[in-house]
Amino acid sequence: MSGALAGIRVCDFTGQLAGAGATRFLAAMGAQVIRVEDPVKQGRWDILRGTTPYVDDRRGIEFGGAFNNHNIEKLGVTINLRTDEGKQLLRELIAISDVVAENFAAGVLARLGFPYEEQRRIKPDIVYVSNSGFGHRGPYSAYRTWGPIVQAVCGLTFSSGVPDLPAAGWGYSYMDHHGGNFMAIAILAGLLHRRRTGEGQWIDMSCTDAGATLLGPLLLDATVNDRPLRRPGMPHSSHSQSPRMVPHNIYAARGDDEWIAIACRDDREWRALANVVDEPWARDPEYDTLDGRSAKEAVLDAALDQWCSVRDKFETQVLLQDAGVPAAAVQRPEERIEFDPATAAWGLWPMVHHREIGAVRVDGLPVHFSETDWSIAHGAPCLGQHNDFVFGELLGHDAEQIARWREDGVL
Amino acid sequence: MTSALDGVRVVELASDHGAFAGRLLAGLGADVVLVEPPGGHRARRYEPFVDDDPGVERSLWWWHYQAGKRGVVLDLDSQGDADRLRELITAADVVLEGEAPGTLAARGLDWPDLHPSNERLIWASITAFGRDNPRTHEQFTDLTVLAGGGPVWMCGYDDHSIPPVRGGGNQGYQTACIWAVMSVLAALWWREETGRGQLLDLSMHAAANVTTESGSYEWLVARATVQRQTGRHASVHPTQVTRTLGTDGHEIHTGFPPRSSRDFETLLDWLDDVGARDEYEATFWLEMGIERGGVQMSEITNDVEATEIFFAAREALNLIASKMTAYEFFIGAQERRLACGIIYSPEEVLTDPHFVARGFPTKIEHEDLGRAFTYPGAPFHMPASPFVANRRAPHLGEHQADVLGPGQSADARPTGHETPVPPMPQ
Repeated sequence: MSGALAGIRVCDFTGQLAGAGATRFLAAMGAQVIRVEDPVKQGRWDILRGTTPYVDDRRGIEFGGAFNNHNIEKLGVTINLRTDEGKQLLRELIAISDVVAENFAAGVLARLGFPYEEQRRIKPDIVYVSNSGFGHRGPYSAYRTWGPIVQAVCGLTFSSGVPDLPAAGWGYSYMDHHGGNFMAIAILAGLLHRRRTGEGQWIDMSCTDAGATLLGPLLLDATVNDRPLRRPGMPHSSHSQSPRMVPHNIYAARGDDEWIAIACRDDREWRALANVVDEPWARDPEYDTLDGRSAKEAVLDAALDQWCSVRDKFETQVLLQDAGVPAAAVQRPEERIEFDPATAAWGLWPMVHHREIGAVRVDGLPVHFSETDWSIAHGAPCLGQHNDFVFGELLGHDAEQIARWREDGVL
Repeated sequence: MTSALDGVRVVELASDHGAFAGRLLAGLGADVVLVEPPGGHRARRYEPFVDDDPGVERSLWWWHYQAGKRGVVLDLDSQGDADRLRELITAADVVLEGEAPGTLAARGLDWPDLHPSNERLIWASITAFGRDNPRTHEQFTDLTVLAGGGPVWMCGYDDHSIPPVRGGGNQGYQTACIWAVMSVLAALWWREETGRGQLLDLSMHAAANVTTESGSYEWLVARATVQRQTGRHASVHPTQVTRTLGTDGHEIHTGFPPRSSRDFETLLDWLDDVGARDEYEATFWLEMGIERGGVQMSEITNDVEATEIFFAAREALNLIASKMTAYEFFIGAQERRLACGIIYSPEEVLTDPHFVARGFPTKIEHEDLGRAFTYPGAPFHMPASPFVANRRAPHLGEHQADVLGPGQSADARPTGHETPVPPMPQ
């Protein structure tokens, strides 16, 4: 084991991305993450086990592409917690773990017999992090969520859109990523606190709380100036109100469903853009100041949209970047993954080997550590793939015992 | 009571795109010293202002992102101040900076210059493309990060003649900042083990790329391209509309489709409760769903009957929603164990009874104005080492003497340089 977090052991009940993303980071950084799955339900606590996308025609619980992406570098064991022996095995696993992590609906782990009080009896300094849509306290704690529900209730969905149209929202579970990421922060903060004080704790995370920390400075315009985001003309999230920038929008480019984003942070960048455009409308002296451009933002947007619409998005990007103006083509997945020199040079799409799937690429991490960089080489564990290692080598049970547990439905 | 990062000193060079990372580290209990240039960082002049009255201490952008930090002013073009920064960093645990690659190196103030005198130093650099990348020197804003990095492609409307949308709230910057905090904590752990710091090179472009869920892995695994849809996941295959309206015109997300026989029974009962059973024309399908013992998500495109049942369930939700406000629908659905959500505007979150009961909205005193204002609170509840979010953003040079020692006030520093303070925009 190497890596920044080598030596940390996590007893991991997380699933989907909102939880699995947290332990994914820890595993890539060298922690030993042991995924506990239910043999009776074949690991389908995690709805992503066995669901789309697939690399080929093979189907079943080992072939889900999303599950593989979210569970790289983890070990996998099965424990049937309906049995007394299974409960005992989990006690043994918690006793040698630093962290218990889960994102069940609030209260599920307690109903399985392992509330924080029980975990603490087993391992007094355990760092227990629970993560659910609304947290374990408060009137909505029993409510059910998925990423899109979290985003709707915490304000992120509403904040994404243009006037006179419904909320565009986030076209993916943005808060599943950050639910997992904030959970990783909570786990590491809990470990650092334990390191200094010797004290464990139960950290309770609510994804909707975490999401509501991400609404940006316009939230204060409501609480300080009584100017709510729910008002005519707002939200207008492709524009920029704080800081105010004009132009700042997504414009049509040549081709079908091709777009380019352009922003001018100040008057100098506007002049640079106007020089590149080099058409009479762009020399309107009213556009020399931010207030002037703001007053005619719709007209300016329409003219710039027209200018961009006959040009290739990547050519415009280069033209404007060469003039010092922030501009970026709206990239499709294929473009940013296969052809973008920035992601290739970063090594952003590492290849992992999965025992059943074979070789497949996954998300890398957006950071490089100079001394202990991440390592992503192993795919997600198959169901119970590491039972022998964990119950044998780590917990010291012999092969006969493990075989008997398999027969008896304990594993 | 202590916080997780009590005793950790962070030196943050003020930037738009790294500010949220410093905010989170301050929340975890670190002493974050924010270093600004003379006259203040440009973000002090970002709208909106308190009472719409401009002033370097009045920007709500500044308040939001710099809360919990202390502030000093240093002119890195002056030798004296460059030396002061060097001393600060030599005694620090973490440096957080978002300078364009090369600018600190030109002043002899970059990681390679400073870590030899502090081998425990952790240096987090947040840039658009990383410190050494073919696209390192491109100009960027939050918008271009999200456009080039993947999220924008996935956000917008079913009608693709409407441009895709950048989601609000500076998520391109914030996403990189969250990854930066995760990385700093991991590096702190390793430093406690080994006594050694390291350089953390964060790329906003990379962060956006790996924070797009199926957008990336549908391509990586199956070479399929997701297409944006109004208010729901971009998808390789079109999916059901999930948006409906309450009687107050507020939007509702009707969620993951009801699919168990219990869900279908619940819907029929709820239709009865609101007196809408006669209006509802698809009772037959819901009853069939109950007989089948529910339907599977995987059946939705290739089993005609299952697809009809899913549609019938969604129609039931839409009809029920048309009889009540969005909030009544949200509570009614969730109390019946149906995962639906109200689409709140940000300010509505802070007055919702659940968030209030959890103590999420946080009052921060602005003693200089004789007022207190409501801010968003902690991302998680951490009882033994609480996340603290309760100190207003620093005034320009407010902690000059505290941090740098006596005689180092922003107005009377002994460097002799005469940088004029830029005038405030009116």
